[in-house]
Amino acid sequence: MRDMPLISVEGVSKRFRLPRTASDILTGRPPAAVHALNNVDLEVHRGETLGIVGESGCGKSTLARCLVRLLEPDEGLVRFDGKDIGLLPQAERRAFNRRVQMIFQDPYSSLNPRMSVRQVLSEALSVHAMRPKADIPARITELLGLVRLPADAANRYPHEFSGGQRQRIGIARALAVEPEVLVADELVSALDVSVQAQVINLLLDLQERLKLTVVFVAHDLRLVRHISHRVAVMYLGKVVETGPTEALFATPRHPYSKALLDAAPELDPARQTRVAAARGELPNPLDLPTGCLFNTRCPFAFERCFAERPNLSNRGPAHFAACHLTDFGKPTPATIAAQ
Amino acid sequence: MSAGAVQIAPPAKRRRALPGTLVGAVIVLGASLAMAFFPSLFAPYDPTAFDYNAIMHGPSWAHPFGTDNFGRDMLSRVIHAYRIDMQIAVFATTGPFIFGTIVGALVGYVGGWVEAVFGRVVDAVITFPFLVLVIAIVSVLGPGLRNMYIAVGVVDWVFYARLVSAEVKIQRRLDYADAARGMGYGHMRIIFRHLLPNAITPAVVYLMTDMALAILLGSSLGYLGLGAQPPAAEWGVLIADGKNFMTTAWWVSVFPGIAIVITGLGFSLAGDALADLLRVNR
Repeated sequence: MRDMPLISVEGVSKRFRLPRTASDILTGRPPAAVHALNNVDLEVHRGETLGIVGESGCGKSTLARCLVRLLEPDEGLVRFDGKDIGLLPQAERRAFNRRVQMIFQDPYSSLNPRMSVRQVLSEALSVHAMRPKADIPARITELLGLVRLPADAANRYPHEFSGGQRQRIGIARALAVEPEVLVADELVSALDVSVQAQVINLLLDLQERLKLTVVFVAHDLRLVRHISHRVAVMYLGKVVETGPTEALFATPRHPYSKALLDAAPELDPARQTRVAAARGELPNPLDLPTGCLFNTRCPFAFERCFAERPNLSNRGPAHFAACHLTDFGKPTPATIAAQ
Repeated sequence: MSAGAVQIAPPAKRRRALPGTLVGAVIVLGASLAMAFFPSLFAPYDPTAFDYNAIMHGPSWAHPFGTDNFGRDMLSRVIHAYRIDMQIAVFATTGPFIFGTIVGALVGYVGGWVEAVFGRVVDAVITFPFLVLVIAIVSVLGPGLRNMYIAVGVVDWVFYARLVSAEVKIQRRLDYADAARGMGYGHMRIIFRHLLPNAITPAVVYLMTDMALAILLGSSLGYLGLGAQPPAAEWGVLIADGKNFMTTAWWVSVFPGIAIVITGLGFSLAGDALADLLRVNR
């Protein structure tokens, strides 16, 4: 299983062109573009939970949308089950849409306000022919039970539910088509903290029961640490480090990962340390730095970092980082001396 | 959290206070439709019967709206005119509403260069004076109501298409539209089942305004002799009939004018009421 990833992202880049301005036309320049994803490599294995973390604007959501093919990559490709999802014929495309489902961040805009829960679920069930027509009502009740909503929720409209309940309707919609992969984009960031736990526990429970593969996009590090088997850290549209959760949190091997982890507030005062967070602001994604994308903020940057962009290379079992300092974060006396 | 089913607060009452506008609209438009369908039940006289003993009589108990220069009872003529004028309101707008809504939904969903081309068409139509254009078309095709419907239809769909396309464009960016795409639903399903129900309200509200405008336009054309043809009773024709006697027999023109105003008000109230009723609960 480990050898053949369920989803593999290979060198995916995505740009969003801005409208052409008057000066673009006068100077004959192509219009500026936001570089949302820059040569992303990533693998998702069957049955695992992969957490994708990073600051806002780092391309997490864009990557999530590329995974479910709501966005087409400009370069590179996404493979699902070994096949490029951009080249699937109609019938397989449909199957792909069923097998990989997305759950959205905003519980308010992700449900059609004019459709009752029953309509939402029965549409998914009947379009994908999941059940014979006669069995649909029973399946709707079953799905609602799965996300811990009462059966009579079926007759209500989205505005009659709270944010957490709406997210559970979104999960039920995704589960209706019995997917293998759930891509959850900031699933709980719009919810109250007290409700977040409910929704997260529901997701974990469902994952275990239904053997789901989950890609969990979030900016909350503690949450990601809690639920992920593996973590990918993104910076400026690139995956800079990926590894098993515990290894990555214990010994981050990329200076950005370290800065990000150190910046997370620690509840336990004994463990609180004041570590220099990454200096300065995120560079303008319209105009990326040459060389390593992190070189404008990295305290360890040297000449090579400004000339050459590092690729992911191995740092340990299933642990990769894109940094020229191959020793960075390595748990040896050398790292202590380096700092 | 517990594993048990989560309690849900009792459903918010969906019933709202009956809007006053709705009551007004139902009364006015209900009466209008009743007179359009069964004018003979309400009209005290035959609207085309001449009475040479009662030429240009002012309002009286026998003739509440007076009589015209042939002694025809104005109340009966105004009531019989409901049929033609309500017909104008419905026939002139239904086609443009349906066609414009479909075009607008497609344009708003597809976007890109299709939208750019559509935008220029809209500009061209909107900058052209509507009444002049309709008069030009009717003069070419010949006077009469049917040609008036054609002339209105050529222009009027653009307004619906513009309203719907702008709204669909907003809706298609919302997550529920992406969710539908992610489900692998077809474009037509997404457009007409998911986006359009959320995008059509402004067009429906405008439809009510447009019906009032259609009556005004029909009356204008009737007044100019390009719409309904005499001796048919149509409010614009009636007003035109009375224009030569305005100083001596005001009632011939004024009562059809009042009928236009009241019906227009009914449609406006209906528009407000619909805007209220169709409001999306978020």
